[in-house]
Amino acid sequence: MGEISVIWKKFYSSRIFWPVAALVFFLLVNLIIKADFFTIEIKDGHLYGNIIDIIKNSIPIMLISIGLTLVIATKGIDISVGSLVAISSAVVAVMIGGNLVMVNGHQEFVTLFPMPVAILGALLVTSIAGMWNGMLVSRVGIQPIIATLILFIAGRGIAQLITTGQIVYLYYEPFFFLGSGYLFGLPFSLYIVIFVLVITMFIVRKTAIGMFIESVGINPTASRFSGINAKNIIFWCYVFCGFCSGIAGLVVCSNIKSADGNNAGLLMELDAILSVVLGGTSLSGGKFYLMGSMIGALIIQTLSVTIWSFNVPPQISLVVKAFVIYIICLLQSGKFRKGLFRIFGGKEIVS
Amino acid sequence: MPDNSKGPILEMKGINKSFPGVKALSGVDFRLFRGEVHALMGQNGAGKSTLIKVITGVNRQEAGEIRLGGKLIRPDSPLDAQRLGISTVYQEINLCPNLSVAENIYIGRQPIRFGKIDWKEMNDKSNKLLSTLNVSIDVTQLLSSYSVAIQQMVAIARVLDISAKILILDEPTSSLDENEVKLLFGVLKKLRDNGLAILFVTHFLDQAYEISDRITVLKNGNKEGEYISRDLAKVELISKMLGKELSEFSYSQKETVINTEGKKIRDSKEVLLKAENLARKGSIAPVDLDISRGEILGFAGLLGSGRTETARLLFGIDKADQGDIFIKGKKKNMNNPSNAINAGLGFCPEDRKVEGIIDQLSVRENIILALQGKKGIFKNMPMKKQQETAENLIKMLGIITTGTEQEVRRLSGGNQQKVMLARWLATDPEILILDEPTRGIDVGAKLEIMELVLNLAKKGMALLFISSEIDEVVRCSSKVEVFKDREKINELTGGDIDVNSIMHIIAGGN
Repeated sequence: MGEISVIWKKFYSSRIFWPVAALVFFLLVNLIIKADFFTIEIKDGHLYGNIIDIIKNSIPIMLISIGLTLVIATKGIDISVGSLVAISSAVVAVMIGGNLVMVNGHQEFVTLFPMPVAILGALLVTSIAGMWNGMLVSRVGIQPIIATLILFIAGRGIAQLITTGQIVYLYYEPFFFLGSGYLFGLPFSLYIVIFVLVITMFIVRKTAIGMFIESVGINPTASRFSGINAKNIIFWCYVFCGFCSGIAGLVVCSNIKSADGNNAGLLMELDAILSVVLGGTSLSGGKFYLMGSMIGALIIQTLSVTIWSFNVPPQISLVVKAFVIYIICLLQSGKFRKGLFRIFGGKEIVS
Repeated sequence: MPDNSKGPILEMKGINKSFPGVKALSGVDFRLFRGEVHALMGQNGAGKSTLIKVITGVNRQEAGEIRLGGKLIRPDSPLDAQRLGISTVYQEINLCPNLSVAENIYIGRQPIRFGKIDWKEMNDKSNKLLSTLNVSIDVTQLLSSYSVAIQQMVAIARVLDISAKILILDEPTSSLDENEVKLLFGVLKKLRDNGLAILFVTHFLDQAYEISDRITVLKNGNKEGEYISRDLAKVELISKMLGKELSEFSYSQKETVINTEGKKIRDSKEVLLKAENLARKGSIAPVDLDISRGEILGFAGLLGSGRTETARLLFGIDKADQGDIFIKGKKKNMNNPSNAINAGLGFCPEDRKVEGIIDQLSVRENIILALQGKKGIFKNMPMKKQQETAENLIKMLGIITTGTEQEVRRLSGGNQQKVMLARWLATDPEILILDEPTRGIDVGAKLEIMELVLNLAKKGMALLFISSEIDEVVRCSSKVEVFKDREKINELTGGDIDVNSIMHIIAGGN
């Protein structure tokens, strides 16, 4: 018993507690309205169900949040990630080519460039975009929100230039596996997230880079005085964020089988920022929580599902969403919780 | 000359103000007369800025009263204070650089004619106003196109036009050159002769003497005294600011040991660090210095005298305009701190909160930060090694913490300071710069740190010890460079080092 209470106490006082609690809460609410909410069926060897849908739909946001978490930890922000998703989609779609080739009434799968080349091309372009952001922030010294505003706006233009203003429809089926394929019964894109997440966590925690990112985010002057090259660290965080947005763009493009410069990744930057914040990483930089950001992405998706389950009229659903997220953010604040407990006369829980 | 006949225009009695953990002002009395320039002086943390903040309504005193022209006042915001006639021009000028001079003077009170701003009248009035301050410039130009000195005049013109009975200037000369200072003083004298009461905060001794009629000295939140400037000898003023009578420097037994030890260590002739002609415009005039193995070099001087500025050049925080730095005889470029660290230097900065600790990180992370920075990103120290390093240093320096994983911001000031020292000791530097390592910590901890400094020197480290407590510098240095007004003005060695002679050097006599 004692051991369990120690573990509970540790879990309760960790930053991950409130995000997890919020997620569990919404899942339970769904269970109450829909008794079969957690049911997972097996169809054609794939797992189907609400939970799988939630996971699958949050994958692009999860991918973006991995990079964005590091950027936010350096006291920065990147609002161009949604536009980078559009650029990545556009590049990969154009490089694969939107040709439907029929031979004797059967479709033949052809690509302009081999698929791996197209994928690498898209990731290279978004990484370069990340370098642009990183250069503006770390070398030129422009405020992050303004620096990334440039690609936030211009990025969609670039995406449309690449697709020459058209929506490129894809017919090359092997590429669709990325966003809508299944492996061992689970969406393939989930493996991509897990792969990127594990590699990132490994690099961040097994090299000194995680500590350097945090120290630069908390106190750039003191970090510089300790011999840390803050500029380089900030630069590479933006590059990595561009890279992650690129992967998200591939998944999005593969999933909707087309590249739309105007709408791919639209408003994703806001959901991604929200995921990071819900996950416990502060916008004022410093300590960061990659797992928390993943939970944050799941919360946002679950919340959307919950709002649908409640049949909230579409015209007010955004307001409801905003209100609920507001409450979650407040609950994460220790100060607010203390005040709340005092008001309701409850016992103050030592955290 | 001060007009004392009507009594002081501003009178403060028994002002108390504390912040969490510090008593910033305790029972301070202060008076200001019409037609005088009154200099407020004191070391860092003496309470100068707090006193001003109380007068201008930024902070509220916990006890005591303020009377303006005999009437009790209690300003609760700078705007409120301004309405009462108390105007302040801050060190960082708070005007709008992207508006014209005239707009800056009349912002929020533009003359209106037929519902529109009357630009002509605004410009004319601005011209007239500035000419009373002997400034003639094109008032339609952007404020940012003029020098800091002119911008300051504009700020003064603005507050005067809003009708000021009292003008407060907070370190107005810190970014001005000699001619600009003269210009400013000319204006201040004129305003004084017109009957304005001027409160002038500065840390430049000569300027205080040049412009002020009366000086109030604060020390550690207490009023040390109020003096007529021309009756107060410079040496006396310095000793008032340091809060000790010249004869009062008596040592306890432990301190005597430190004192003699400090003088002894200077046998090695191996010069580890040497600077030639090192200078940076606006921060320090060319300076030569060297430190040998096992030697403690002290920097003495008041705040802003150039001691920290020199250390920043040595450590590559600021880039020198001229001069060379040699480490063990080899010329090194110090373009950033990381160059300096790789050359074997360490630097405990003056401002612990801003330049030192990473407050949300653990004690362990704070300790290994510089070492890890030296090793680079990919040569990560294993957790076990990190903890070992941290634990050893915690034990060695006697840092009081619940463990290696305690957040460093939960530690007391003295312990945070020791964590800073630990960070640099972990990198095993050959040359260690300590800028005010004893600031804001209690007496016991101060002695501990000085003992530690001596032990490090004994082991062969070269140390640069900077402190505004002159007696500390005297006690543990075998050579002292004396700084004044951004210039190294003298060097004392061995037996010549004593508080008295340093004070006299700073005061300008010999």
